[in-house]
Amino acid sequence: MIEVDQLTKTFGQFVAVNKLSFNVQPGEVLGFLGPNGAGKSTTMKMISGFLKPTSGSVTICGHNIAHEPIEVKKILGYLPEGAPLYREMLVRDFLKFITNVRQIDASESKRAIEKVVEMLALGSVINRPVDTLSKGFSRRVGLAQAILHDPKVLILDEPTDGLDPNQKHQVRELIRNLSEEKMVIVSTHILEEVSAVCSRAMIVSEGEIKIDGSPQDLEAQSKYHGAVNLKLTTSFGKEAFQNLGAASHVESLDNEGKHYMIFPEGDGDSLLAKVHQLVAEKDLKVDSLFVEKGRLEEVFRSVTIGGNKDTGHSNAA
Amino acid sequence: MGAVSAVFKREFMGYFQTPLAYVFIVIFLMITGIFTFFIGRFFERGQADLLPFFNFHPWLYLFLVPALSMRLWAEERKTGTLELLLTLPLSLKDAVIGKFLAAWVFTGIALALTFPVWISVNYLGDPDNGVILASYIGSWLMAGGYMAIGSCLSAATNNQVIAFILTVLVCFLFVVTGFPIVMDWANAIFPEPIVDAIAELSFLSHFREISKGVLDLRDIFYFLAMIVSWMLATAIVIDMKKA
Repeated sequence: MIEVDQLTKTFGQFVAVNKLSFNVQPGEVLGFLGPNGAGKSTTMKMISGFLKPTSGSVTICGHNIAHEPIEVKKILGYLPEGAPLYREMLVRDFLKFITNVRQIDASESKRAIEKVVEMLALGSVINRPVDTLSKGFSRRVGLAQAILHDPKVLILDEPTDGLDPNQKHQVRELIRNLSEEKMVIVSTHILEEVSAVCSRAMIVSEGEIKIDGSPQDLEAQSKYHGAVNLKLTTSFGKEAFQNLGAASHVESLDNEGKHYMIFPEGDGDSLLAKVHQLVAEKDLKVDSLFVEKGRLEEVFRSVTIGGNKDTGHSNAA
Repeated sequence: MGAVSAVFKREFMGYFQTPLAYVFIVIFLMITGIFTFFIGRFFERGQADLLPFFNFHPWLYLFLVPALSMRLWAEERKTGTLELLLTLPLSLKDAVIGKFLAAWVFTGIALALTFPVWISVNYLGDPDNGVILASYIGSWLMAGGYMAIGSCLSAATNNQVIAFILTVLVCFLFVVTGFPIVMDWANAIFPEPIVDAIAELSFLSHFREISKGVLDLRDIFYFLAMIVSWMLATAIVIDMKKA
């Protein structure tokens, strides 16, 4: 289990992380969301043992990182922001170096390298210097480095940043497949990623947790949650929908009276049925009709707005 | 020890993966040659020893060692690999020692490649090979002192040029404090114990002793203490400047 307790980091006057507390259980994939400068990377740097917290503690599988850093680092795989690599090395030598530092013996090391090379499809670049690799390959080498020793805990700082959609998909598949027994923390500002890979999501802003829950919980926070999105082929007056018993209010999504967002009153269970009924009664031609699950982007904005989007403080240092 | 040797190996091989190693060795050998044979007047002196060769080492190292040491930590900091390295299961101490040793052994190899000078002097005359061996050891220890200073100052910045200039500057101070001109000047200002202390800190005075063929434990201890304390300082600087 990862236990983060009252974790705080200040840089001079600037509070990057403010009394963050949360736990991660085995099997959980925690999505760490937040605007740039929210303290995501700083938090991850502290969990991985790179930065020392100003106060508070991180305990991983019973080992406190301040007291037993080596023990923690043995069971931890970490992909730092931007996936830094030793650029002059061959991919094979680089992975070999990681197994050497981790003191994995020669035969085991060979097997481990073969395994990650296969998992991340690095076979074609294994004998190439890192600095000749494309961004996608570099990122995957960074990931390979993090999972080489089959760690119980995986901390990935923006693992899909700068990848093309195919590569993003691959990396997400990989994280999903990895995570049965492991504890994974993934930071991202790509919201679709949360629904795609995370079992739990946390929005952090100004160094504090704003929301913590499953991706569904997050979507439920959206004002669009449960609203009916209706698109007609011919225009029809807004008032009819407004007067439905179950609707609180209606928004027009276009200027032609064809596209409406109908927001539910209360829990809104009966809204869809009522809309259906109306559509049938008036014999309206429907282009599309569905219930919104909620929009993460909208939740993200409403939760983090007001926070400094860019404090000018670089937490990448 | 496993982690130290892994870091050592990576760093050491790193020199040969770029042209750096070859350029450094060629320049090192060329300059030692020029100093020994032209400026040191090796042949004209008519003496079978390597004094003209070793006398220039403090000045040679002043520029060549910082050129090697500047990248030690500045580059790791700049490319972000520092974060990668320090989140692997090894202590900061292991990382500092491993990287330092790689650079130090590399200068040792460059130094060892000057062996033709030693062969020449043995061919031409009958030198005291004990003195020459002592001088080689002393020279390598001195290079370690420069390297340790460079390691610390490289950790203080992510700019290699700044690291280079700072290292040259600090090493220069450690060289010139042994000079008579500087000592005379210091004599005029400071009381004698302080002047002695300053003189004792100089690379030059200790190296001079060793290159006379006197492998005094105190001189060896001086260089080792120098290396250890600057490496300690390296670790402290890295730890402080992580954020």
